[in-house]
Amino acid sequence: MAVAVDVRLPTVLRPQAGGQSTVTVKASTIGDVLRELVSEFPGMSGQLLNEDGSLHRFVNVYVNDDDVRYLESLDTPVKEGDEVSLLPAVAGG
Amino acid sequence: MLRMPRDLHLQMVAHCISGLPDEACGLLAGDPAEGTVARVYPTRNAAASARVYSVDSRDLLQADRDAERNGTQLIGVFHSHTHTDAYPSPTDVDQAPDPDWHYVVVSLRDTHPVVRSYRIAGGEIEEESVVVLGQQAHAGVAVTA
Repeated sequence: MAVAVDVRLPTVLRPQAGGQSTVTVKASTIGDVLRELVSEFPGMSGQLLNEDGSLHRFVNVYVNDDDVRYLESLDTPVKEGDEVSLLPAVAGG
Repeated sequence: MLRMPRDLHLQMVAHCISGLPDEACGLLAGDPAEGTVARVYPTRNAAASARVYSVDSRDLLQADRDAERNGTQLIGVFHSHTHTDAYPSPTDVDQAPDPDWHYVVVSLRDTHPVVRSYRIAGGEIEEESVVVLGQQAHAGVAVTA
């Protein structure tokens, strides 16, 4: 069942959300959260999901303290009161 | 320009040395307007590699939250190059996501570590100066630079 979930946005994504640092979306999984964000803020599309709908490798997505890549990725369920955080992955050579 | 108190500069270089033979990495928090580092967060290199680094995602979240709690924000990242110059590699440029961040490279190729900082925007690399402030970050005894 879809519940209201708060999503913390990193500074680089805030301009695409009208400057908001936290937005609320209705979702039952992390995949829903990201698709809702892209639907509401199309400027985020290429930064969150790949064209095939998979999670973009340059973004980290967390439910509370856990990275969803160590859970069920886009199928990770969210429940009432969960906080989802997005952060750009930091990597290089 | 990136300004770093001397003790934080040393903490950053020490973390790079302790990561050998792999590349080490960490995050810098501070005031984005001034480019002054208030805190260094040594992080794990999830890639555990001598050629690439990936800041451990949980360490990244903890650092981001801690920085915000302290009224600062993450303003950059540092990583070591174990056998090459302190200059961003093509991989660094490809992955550098934030034009407002400071990208610090610590080269451990020579006897003495070499620290340089860059801004990377739109694939363009621009070096900036690194100023090591001659006193400690927290109240205490002043250190002569």
